[in-house]
Amino acid sequence: MQLLQSLPMNLGLGWAVALIPLLPLATFVLLGLFGRHHFRNNAGVIGTFSLFISTLTALYIANGYFFEYGSVNGVYQKIMALQITWLEFSPGFSIDMGILLDPISVMMLVVVTFVSLMVHIYSLSYMKGEERFSTYYAFLSLFTFSMLGLVISSNIFQLYFFWELVGVSSFLLIGYYFDRPSAVAAAKKAFIVTRFADLGFLIGILILSFQAGTFDFNELIARLGTASNPAFQSATAASFMGVSALTWGLVLVFIGGAGKSAMFPLHIWLPDAMEGPTPVSALIHAATMVVAGVFLVARLFPVFSVSPAALAIVTYIGIISALFAAVIACTQTDIKRVLAYSTMSQIGFMMFALGVSGNAGESGLGFTASMFHLFTHAMFKALLFLGAGSVIHFIHSNEMQDMGGLRKLLPVTHICFLLACLAISGIPPFAGFFSKEEILLAAYTSNPAVYYIALVTSGLTAFYMFRLYFNIFWSKAVPAHAPLDHHHGEGGFPIVLPLVLLAAGSVAAGFIPFGKFVSVNGKALETELHLVFSVAPVLLALAGILLATWLYKKQNERPAAISASLGGLYKAAHRRFYIDEIYVFITKKILFNLVGKPAAWFDKNVVDGMVNGTAEATATVSEKIRGLQSGKVQQYAMFFLVAVIFLAVIFIYLWK
Amino acid sequence: MLNDFLILMKPELLITFIIFLLLFIKVGSSMKNESLLLLIQLVLLLNVIAGFFLNEEGSLFGRLYRTNNFMSLQKSILSIGVYLISLLFSNWLKKSEHLLEFFILLLSALLGMFFLISSGSFLMFFLSLELATIPIAAMANFDLGKKVSSEAAMKMILSSAFSSGILLFGISLIYGATGTTSFSEMPALLTGSPLQILAFVFLFTAFAFKLSIVPFHLWTADVYEGAPVAVTSFLSVISKGAIAFIFTSTLYQVFQPMQAVWYNMVMILAVATMVIGNLFALRQQNIKRFLAFSSIAQVGFILVGMSSNSLPGTSAVAYFILIYVFSNLAAFGVAGAISQQTGKENIDDYKGLYQTNPLLTWIMALGLFSLAGIPPTAGFFGKLFLITAGASKGNYIFITIAALNLVISLYYYLRVIRAMFMDKNETPIPKIFLEAPVRFGLLLCGTGIVLIGLLSWIYDYIITIAA
Repeated sequence: MQLLQSLPMNLGLGWAVALIPLLPLATFVLLGLFGRHHFRNNAGVIGTFSLFISTLTALYIANGYFFEYGSVNGVYQKIMALQITWLEFSPGFSIDMGILLDPISVMMLVVVTFVSLMVHIYSLSYMKGEERFSTYYAFLSLFTFSMLGLVISSNIFQLYFFWELVGVSSFLLIGYYFDRPSAVAAAKKAFIVTRFADLGFLIGILILSFQAGTFDFNELIARLGTASNPAFQSATAASFMGVSALTWGLVLVFIGGAGKSAMFPLHIWLPDAMEGPTPVSALIHAATMVVAGVFLVARLFPVFSVSPAALAIVTYIGIISALFAAVIACTQTDIKRVLAYSTMSQIGFMMFALGVSGNAGESGLGFTASMFHLFTHAMFKALLFLGAGSVIHFIHSNEMQDMGGLRKLLPVTHICFLLACLAISGIPPFAGFFSKEEILLAAYTSNPAVYYIALVTSGLTAFYMFRLYFNIFWSKAVPAHAPLDHHHGEGGFPIVLPLVLLAAGSVAAGFIPFGKFVSVNGKALETELHLVFSVAPVLLALAGILLATWLYKKQNERPAAISASLGGLYKAAHRRFYIDEIYVFITKKILFNLVGKPAAWFDKNVVDGMVNGTAEATATVSEKIRGLQSGKVQQYAMFFLVAVIFLAVIFIYLWK
Repeated sequence: MLNDFLILMKPELLITFIIFLLLFIKVGSSMKNESLLLLIQLVLLLNVIAGFFLNEEGSLFGRLYRTNNFMSLQKSILSIGVYLISLLFSNWLKKSEHLLEFFILLLSALLGMFFLISSGSFLMFFLSLELATIPIAAMANFDLGKKVSSEAAMKMILSSAFSSGILLFGISLIYGATGTTSFSEMPALLTGSPLQILAFVFLFTAFAFKLSIVPFHLWTADVYEGAPVAVTSFLSVISKGAIAFIFTSTLYQVFQPMQAVWYNMVMILAVATMVIGNLFALRQQNIKRFLAFSSIAQVGFILVGMSSNSLPGTSAVAYFILIYVFSNLAAFGVAGAISQQTGKENIDDYKGLYQTNPLLTWIMALGLFSLAGIPPTAGFFGKLFLITAGASKGNYIFITIAALNLVISLYYYLRVIRAMFMDKNETPIPKIFLEAPVRFGLLLCGTGIVLIGLLSWIYDYIITIAA
């Protein structure tokens, strides 16, 4: 963990990187303040252009980092590109704003700017004619700024700051159609659920930074990640309820990450968040914000790796979420919700990949695999959402039963969607295949139980993705009564271009030798393809696809028969295993009755009583004092004198 | 020698120069109010800028007058406040028939405050305190047509005279007990004998009177309400700030040996001031009275920081007053603009203000948020430093009471904010036309409120020069 501090280009580099988030911020300010009046129609172009510059800068930085100055003697360095003291509490303790460049932050810079740019372009056409077009772009810019700030944060406090900003901008975007009650409810739900998780995060930050005595990531990792360091020893020695302070801190931080990344059981907000505009879902709820939790665990990975208990929690929450969401995805009929559960499942993959990873060399495969999957997933999941967006735009419905046979009407969307489905299903040679293979391999070598569940889940993935694909594009003839938008067609260049670019990414991203660039210790990790090993997952995926073909390619009675024979299980999965109901039960029946009502009683009788009492007393007192506040100066003087004598008596005789 | 004199006394000389300039204009020229006000604003701006250059440490006239960087900064803070007042109340000032007299009086009071901050002996202290008080009484009378205005002036001059009497009594006692009036010689001679304590109580109450510390605050509400808004804001911001500065330095430097006595006194009066100020502010309907009582409560918080008797205490007080100047003047500026054009002064009148006057509402909200100490406005940091300074004594009951009062104050500040943003109103205050200087002043206040908290070097700078 050396710091490269004496590089001459550091300062210029820092500001160049700072430009990447600052441009969207500037756009946000510009459009937020003046958009509605002055940039009603060209807000989109402004936003897209500024983000285009950001993207170019990010690519430039990535090129420089990965191929020129990032690697010293074959090890990628953590470069502190910029550091500004923001609030200094005391000389040794301050909160900084800084930029930390390392393989994962540089990779995230590219992912976030690229996907965001695609969404910006796509929205040019998709959101055209919206009443609050400029507001939409202002919010998008705010989100992009926050997310970029998050990934380059050099300390945990700064990360938290942007973490909350990301939450706020997500809230604004989910609730963009604020005249729809369901959108408002979804925005609130997302905000509240993640807020609870963030509470855990904040406490976790406080525990970790207190134990380490610093907020700075590099320092924190150095102090808590090495067994010989006194901070590490005191953090593991201090314990609460039999668990060491270090593990508590990590688990609490992970709860924050799980909330943002929609891990079981904090996932309930994600499907509802689909109320936002579809491009927003592609950006926030598929490619960027929801992987913030994964990023967080990866960022603190050296610390996580010294606490097996915390890693075990990450693993099991990850794998449970992956399987659980995949099962639900098989039963949903709203296409965006299928994609939402699919996202949750894929993030589960990334999470448990981190959980099974070690912190050095070969055993660090899980880490590399997780980041790789994050990268490829961003491509194909954004593509799936944008594809779903053009379908929804065309057919004005989210429900599968309104769709079918669209392959001829939307040819480009169809091909792109198919490529993305193949990618996410793990069919070679598409992107998802490579990253998923690495994840499975990592799980296989470290925890076979997790491996087998993951294997089944990836079979399910193929099944539900092709269920979705066939239901949209094949199944039946175009419904006669469907309110088709023939004028609209595929929506022209701004819609097609992102689809094609992302499709190219989904096809090609797998061939990047990812382990060379991103690994747990900065050294290149040679990942090779184990052909024999790949047989089982690929066969399972093919089986899933075949099953989906048999059931859904042509409309038939088989799906209904199967769901009927599964009975209760199908119903439970369809109702998302009643998790929402359980939350409602807990909050309404238990919390409100056991906590809320007594609290209300206490508030009404005791607090109000006291306040009323105080108010009455105040009224009485002020009546009395008003006697003093008579407006007569001689009385004021009298009172003055009495007070002086009173003070003199007290302090001369009584209170020495 | 002359150089020393010119440089060390630069702030006072500048103010004197401006006063004479205005006097000459008064006698010799018949400029229109508009251009005159512009000139005054310009001169005051130059004065603010000049305050930041060529500051040196030293003393003059056998240590009657002393100055250092920290004192220069305190004077600059007051100068900024005066400049803001000249901007914010342009509308009212322009219409005044006695614009020049107003500024001559105001600057005379300011001159008194400068000498007060720099005074090195009780003699100098008394003289400058009188110079800082009497012109204000005349200014309070400036709404010449209104009876309440004259009444305010009358009450102020009488109460002040009474307080001055007690102060003089205290000074003569302390001179009798120690044989000196010099600040630098005093500490060695203080033993804490009953006579000295009596003298100290007298001196202390004079400060308490000027700062409107409960129970010496009775004159405040009448005077604040009766005087024109510009004068009220001068009285509650600039004058309070100046007295708080000299009070802190007198307690910390001159009466350091009697620390045990004054800590308790400050603590009791701080609690009384916060509680009574809050309870009264809670019930006010008139926005001016509301701000007056809330400013009494603010003084209570200043006392909390002052009680720490340490370097963080000094710097926290100075930092807080800098913020207080911007925050309170923002609130007074908005209230003044509204009352000047519509005559409305009740909080209920402010309902629905956001629909018609978004800028005014935002500035008012910023000011009130800052006064209430809500992050990320500067007021939050100001209060934070005051309370942490106070907590360094380890008297946690005291700090808890302070924190509770902070919560109460939140309630009534938010009440105004709710009225402006959320409450519906059939006939809201119409769109107020803001002239350029007023608008500029309001924006300056808003910027200050945001930036002073975020730019940490400001506090760092204060703590370095206060050392």
